[in-house]
Amino acid sequence: MRYPRWYWGSFTLPGSVWLAVFFVLPFYVVLSVAFGTVDPLFRLPLPVYQPWWWSFATFQTTLEKFYAGDRIYFDPLLRTLMYVAAASLICLVLGYAVAYYTARHAGRWKGLILVLLISPFWISYLMRIYAWQSLLQPDGYINDAGGLFGLSPVIWIGRPVTVVLGLVYGYIPFMILPLFGFLDRIDQHLLEAGRDLGAGSFETFRRVTLPLSKPGILAGLVIVSLPMFGDYYTNNLLGSTSTSMYGNLIDSAVGQAGQGPEAGSLVLILVALVMIPMLYYLRSTRRTTEAA
Amino acid sequence: MSGTTLAPERPVTAAPARSTTGWLRNPWRKPRFLQAVTWGYLVWSIVPVVIAIAFSFNAGRSRSTWQGFSFRWWYEDAFDSVWNDPALRSAMFQTLRLSLLTMLIAVPIGTAFAIGIDRWRGRPATTANFFMLFSFVIPEIILGVSLFLLFSNLLQGAVRLGTTAQIIGLVTFQISYPVIIVRARLLSIGPEYEESAMDLGASPTQALRRVLLPLLAPAILASSALVFADSVDNFVTVRYLSGPASSEPLSVKIYSAARSSPTPAVNAAATVMLITTLTAIALAWFVYRRITRSRGEVVSSAGLADF
Repeated sequence: MRYPRWYWGSFTLPGSVWLAVFFVLPFYVVLSVAFGTVDPLFRLPLPVYQPWWWSFATFQTTLEKFYAGDRIYFDPLLRTLMYVAAASLICLVLGYAVAYYTARHAGRWKGLILVLLISPFWISYLMRIYAWQSLLQPDGYINDAGGLFGLSPVIWIGRPVTVVLGLVYGYIPFMILPLFGFLDRIDQHLLEAGRDLGAGSFETFRRVTLPLSKPGILAGLVIVSLPMFGDYYTNNLLGSTSTSMYGNLIDSAVGQAGQGPEAGSLVLILVALVMIPMLYYLRSTRRTTEAA
Repeated sequence: MSGTTLAPERPVTAAPARSTTGWLRNPWRKPRFLQAVTWGYLVWSIVPVVIAIAFSFNAGRSRSTWQGFSFRWWYEDAFDSVWNDPALRSAMFQTLRLSLLTMLIAVPIGTAFAIGIDRWRGRPATTANFFMLFSFVIPEIILGVSLFLLFSNLLQGAVRLGTTAQIIGLVTFQISYPVIIVRARLLSIGPEYEESAMDLGASPTQALRRVLLPLLAPAILASSALVFADSVDNFVTVRYLSGPASSEPLSVKIYSAARSSPTPAVNAAATVMLITTLTAIALAWFVYRRITRSRGEVVSSAGLADF
């Protein structure tokens, strides 16, 4: 070792300090706000920074709103789980078809298709959802197109199906690219070997391609579902109060006077919800970088 | 040789009949259904945005019914066009300011972090890297709200909500991009170049500056473009950390307008954002090509993947 021991460590210092102050410390503040109180006069949160004085009253009331009494948070939570499941599944099926075609059969169109597949990353999420919001207006092009087939105009905004398709539209690029990465790497000779051993095309797909792309499927599912759990904007642009999701609970609590501890508690519950998929994803990426 | 016997054309011509069943049984047939799905998906993913851009040239106030072509919402309208509406105009400059500063802070810190983590393997390095990746996958609303609570409580006196808080939030959210991209490049370079530089008498710092950094230039460039473009598009973090209305960038203005009564000026504003992003990407791609070509490297699809 020609470098002194501290040499490389010092490179990580600015980044580590930054993360400690602006990533780890905020979580402590969230805890202190969630387990703190509210100023009775100005309704501002009064965080309590000493863990031994933390009060869990607000956290418990927030938690109870999911299952006790009027259960006002139960519906948004259930909706979130259902919408995320439905949207992730559609992302997977549609995304797999597109990624599979691009990796295996696109031929000379591959470059163009790849550029088109990447292009949504350069268009802001907001603009893409706003574009659909315009198309789905009562006098928008979707209803115009329906009119050509004799359908009467439909109010699209505010329907669950609109929100789910909006989520699919927003996040499916994040599914396609990792899937493409895994499918593109599959050695063509393995497929030929499967054929030579007598498997039909479906059998080859089921026993060779599918198992080899499994890490891509799992990574893709985690990548698209994590942001959906915190999504409130898709619903605010394409949905209504009857389609509100978990993210909307947080978003509306943050802005309201006296709701500080509740917003903090909701954030903590969301962290607990997404912790398992997040840790799974971190572990699997670490394994692939180590293998590389 | 099996590769040639299994070439796609061969079994097609050898198929006994052009009957439907014969075509179905052929394992190397063209997957027409998947082809239709793929092109259908691409049309579905691009066309709504193209229509939204077209509507920025609408002559009327509607963003969903075409009323003729004009530049009204770009600059002709004296009050409500992107260029003349003071709120939208200052929002454009706020977007540029936030994205540039975020890029200038996040990329150096992230690059240094990636180099350090790659060379210094130990428990603290692993822990730091874990948090770095954690910041990459966490839902953005969690990060945005917790930073909002940080700046409105613990650091209330030190950092005010507004430009500074927004930049801090953006850097925290974007810092993992350069780390991931630069680290991937480091893994493919390997330590040999620096070792030979030092065998030839370079000091560690010289080897870093004159050998490693030039080798990393494409990755640094790609992550700069990515961080800049992503900061332009960001609105979740930036919105929670906005102070007065003057600190709201284009994205936040567009979000608020889309929820009330948007005019085609919103389409024009979104198009401005898109042009900004694409310009940054194109510029980076152009410089990237020049760097790699002058070194005689082949521009590969792996390079494209950096973007």
